[in-house]
Amino acid sequence: MNYQQQKILGAIGLYLLVAVIALFCLFPFYFAIVTSLKSGTELFSSSLWPASPSIKNYIAMFTVAEHPFGRHILNSLMVSTLVVIASLFLGVTASYALGRIQFRGRGLLLLTVLAVSMFPQVAVLSGMFELMQAIGFYNHWWGLTLPYMVFTLPFTVWVLTTFVRDLPKELEEAAIMDGCTPWGIITKVFLPVMWPALVTTGLLAFIAAWNEFMFALTFVLNNADRTVPVSISLISGADKYEIPWGKIMAASVLVTLPLIALVLIFQRKIVGGLTAGAVKG
Amino acid sequence: MSTKTSELTRERTRSAWIFLAPTLLVLALVAGWPLGRTIFFSFTDASLEAIGDSTYNMVGFQNYFGEYGVFNLNAVEGFWSTDWGMAIRNTFKFSFFSVVTETLLGVIFALVLNANFKGRSFIRAAVLVPWAIPTIVSAKMWAWIMNDQFGVMNALLRSAGIIDHNIAWTADPHFALWSVVLVDVWKTTPFMALLILAALQMLPTDCYEAAHVDGIHPVRVFFKVTVPLIWPALMVAVIFRLLDALRVFDIIYVMTSNSVDTISMSGFVRREIVDNNYVGYGSAASTVLFLIIGACTVLYLKLAKVDMSK
Repeated sequence: MNYQQQKILGAIGLYLLVAVIALFCLFPFYFAIVTSLKSGTELFSSSLWPASPSIKNYIAMFTVAEHPFGRHILNSLMVSTLVVIASLFLGVTASYALGRIQFRGRGLLLLTVLAVSMFPQVAVLSGMFELMQAIGFYNHWWGLTLPYMVFTLPFTVWVLTTFVRDLPKELEEAAIMDGCTPWGIITKVFLPVMWPALVTTGLLAFIAAWNEFMFALTFVLNNADRTVPVSISLISGADKYEIPWGKIMAASVLVTLPLIALVLIFQRKIVGGLTAGAVKG
Repeated sequence: MSTKTSELTRERTRSAWIFLAPTLLVLALVAGWPLGRTIFFSFTDASLEAIGDSTYNMVGFQNYFGEYGVFNLNAVEGFWSTDWGMAIRNTFKFSFFSVVTETLLGVIFALVLNANFKGRSFIRAAVLVPWAIPTIVSAKMWAWIMNDQFGVMNALLRSAGIIDHNIAWTADPHFALWSVVLVDVWKTTPFMALLILAALQMLPTDCYEAAHVDGIHPVRVFFKVTVPLIWPALMVAVIFRLLDALRVFDIIYVMTSNSVDTISMSGFVRREIVDNNYVGYGSAASTVLFLIIGACTVLYLKLAKVDMSK
């Protein structure tokens, strides 16, 4: 086999691998879409293409009174947005202090923040249950904002601190010379250049809050206050022997498509943010 | 001049603490306080109602080493056959096999994504799709694919002649845990691949050129040059994923509900606290889980060589 042949074979092998990877990553979601467009007995044919596609399943998700899916989407949207706003606000001020100011105990604080991000969620389950009931947050969608901070805040602080630390010194020095207060430095000097980092961390926090399941399942029992992941896990049929896979898949596609769109738009930034959080340390 | 500098330093230190105060307060409220209460409850016989009106009793180490404690080594059926023993075994089996598979596949994915080919940006985007899908959705999607009667997996495997009858992938104790591992691998291999890809892209190119000039076989170059160079980053990614896998809940809960054959430690804790209303006992189990994950976190921080002095 000469060099030329070897090269061609190598290229074929590479493209085969690429095809396998693409199929592996995309097929399940593709199949979910196909299923969501099937109805009636066709659901059980396991064909890879809907013979007579219809959006019946999608419409059904919004017309069942006992299962207010639209309301659940709205709950998820609102609680995730609240979590993002709170995490970013706290994260910006904390990351300025941790990233730009030298003071004793800073290392220990950063370590604590990182350690909290590794927390198993169940470790706070019973304590959080008591707290939620005591302050009246239990059983309300907005109450979930509090437990969600346990995973979004450490992550936000950590990624923003790595970002802020790498900003040039001169930026701040000039402001100090001009007699700018620390608060002024944050809002007028750092905030304008932090937008890329804010978008990334905000998006990642949003996704994390949108996907959360255990706290939502445990702390909200009120049907109207449920969030989307719990909602999907509870979709049931007319009787207990019939699982409405078409509807479940329609709901799944609905809550996933916006996320995929966001992730694809911010692709580069997300990869950067993820790796900053995990590898750079 | 020097008094002025130290005054400035003092003022900056003061403002640092002011800026940190709200974050520290929230972290103490959502992590420190509840964790402390959970550990406290592990020494009580609390139930969910008793939490509200404080009508529980201190029971010492009963929940840990008592007759019905989490470390009941004298259980008639043997410790590893108790539900908690099963939960520990399941969690470690799940974590070990998913992280090993994800790492191996992740390296392969990363090497492919690092190569030069047409449509590379498309594949990089495709790889993000499983990661972007909510865990609960991927669990439902796969539960449908693996459905015993109408699932496409059984249909495909049957038509390929690999199996001759439908298999209940998520219900059969022989397959349930492996099904869950498969879904986790599907969902997180891309994440692993991206972490490894980031490490690959930071590698110096000159040693590869030297190896190419010397005519060294690519496979040899991979094991002698690439692997040692990305090893630290790889280890950090592995432990990072391991910490995630050890606290698994969603996938297992949705795909196999509370079946003892697959229940994870997190699932066990939630079942005891919420479904069975044994807050004290469940809290003891969750304290043990917290300690295990804490130990792994220390290992992670050591390996990641997190430098706080910078």
